[in-house]
Amino acid sequence: MSGVLRAEGLRKSFGRTPVLQGVSLELAEHEVVTLIGPSGSGKSTLLRCLNLLERVDDGQLWLRGEDITDPRADVDAVRARFGIVFQHFNLFPHMTVLDNVTLAARVVHRAPRAEAAERGRALLERIGLVGKADEHPDRLSGGQQQRVAIARAIATDPEVLLLDEITSALDPQLVGEVLELVRELGRDGTTILMATHEMSFAREVSDRVLFLDGGVVAESGPPAQLFEAPRSERLREFLGGLL
Amino acid sequence: MSDPEAWRPSDVELGRRAFRRRQTVGSVLVGAASTIVFAVVVWLLVVNTPGWARVQQSFFNPETWVQAWPRVFEGFLLNIRVLLFAAAGVAVVAVAVAALRTLRGPVFFPLRALAAGYTDLFRGLPLIIVLYLIGFGIPGLRFTETRIPLELLGTIALVLTYSAYVSEVLRAGIEAVHPSQSLAARALGLSRGRTLRLVVLPQALRKVTPALMNDFVSMQKDVGLISVLGAVDAVRAAQIETAKAFDFTPYVIAGVLFVLLALPMIRFTDWWAARLRAREQQGAIA
Repeated sequence: MSGVLRAEGLRKSFGRTPVLQGVSLELAEHEVVTLIGPSGSGKSTLLRCLNLLERVDDGQLWLRGEDITDPRADVDAVRARFGIVFQHFNLFPHMTVLDNVTLAARVVHRAPRAEAAERGRALLERIGLVGKADEHPDRLSGGQQQRVAIARAIATDPEVLLLDEITSALDPQLVGEVLELVRELGRDGTTILMATHEMSFAREVSDRVLFLDGGVVAESGPPAQLFEAPRSERLREFLGGLL
Repeated sequence: MSDPEAWRPSDVELGRRAFRRRQTVGSVLVGAASTIVFAVVVWLLVVNTPGWARVQQSFFNPETWVQAWPRVFEGFLLNIRVLLFAAAGVAVVAVAVAALRTLRGPVFFPLRALAAGYTDLFRGLPLIIVLYLIGFGIPGLRFTETRIPLELLGTIALVLTYSAYVSEVLRAGIEAVHPSQSLAARALGLSRGRTLRLVVLPQALRKVTPALMNDFVSMQKDVGLISVLGAVDAVRAAQIETAKAFDFTPYVIAGVLFVLLALPMIRFTDWWAARLRAREQQGAIA
């Protein structure tokens, strides 16, 4: 198994509150991995540590064998190799949908405007929102905004796509369209690590599930194993509480 | 679950910290060195100008400094008094004007228009002209038997001018508070006024604090303009002392005093802004 991303002993505290207390994980190429765990278990923090939005207190991270926690690493260049989608979309309200999607291509990857726009339109076509290209994000529904946010994240072909509870802020009837897009991306071979509370979706699309609890990966394995035969009491409680 | 107290940084982390420390020390050293070089170059340039000896004599004369200090300082105390009263006045008037400008509904049109006209007029008028109009115009009306103190007239002029600026800053803050906050407060049954006072204004003030501090610092030195009315403040006192000693050192004294007054406020503003930023970023962590 060829690893894209590997983390070893990640630690992170906010003030005196420890959040991550030694998280280790590995993501293989084309793998879809789901992160589950109670609220406050550090799922979001872990995702933000992985693409260096937060600096870890200890531990190491390798992106294709390169130590990205090395202080000499070019943080912006590393982040550009990740895509991330946030719970609250975080689209730029002062830009059109198309500009949101093409910003990184134009500014970070220095693609010519026309080329970036063409690719951006193709992406919007794919998510079924090409008609909204020149609208501003606040004219779109939550589900549409989140699909645009996903398009923005994948517009530059990231090596790893991080999804941070991307359906938690959506109305139930809008969740489906977003998950459908994620399902498609997974099928197409995008390497995905997602934090989610959508257990049935996690079971259906993931190759592997990690249960984050007490600041560490408490249990991991294929979805069938974790959901059907949880080994730890904590995971049983967590899954039981959801059903 | 491992005990967080038992955690000791790994060698890798210690190495990273050492590297970052070296980098920080390095950039501090480079910064300090370049600052010193720059300061020395500027100093040498000034000292070697042909007129330096004369300028030093007439702007930085120790004897004049000692002589003029008591008068200038006494004048400066007047500046501080005027500043405190003017700041209090601005706080009241600006909030009132900002509140008027955010009133909705056709009934309030006259009040809204009045408030808008006031801010337009006094933001457009140079402070010095307002000072002349108030300082010489109001006494000219002679509606009191006794003489109105110049300091009071100067304070009124400052309040009129600065309230116009500050009310606009406050209005921007009020409008930057999301309408859902007002809705939530009205839904609880709070009146319009209470909604403004208990929910909207506290949030608005937090948003515009740096801009307000900026206006306050600006007012601290514009207080010196009341000297044009003849009130013996630091600037006026310096002018008198300059005429006596035939050198400009008293003005330097006044300048130093104004800077010393402003510095704590400027530092406080930076500190406050940093604190707000830290608090807002904490909200982003989930």
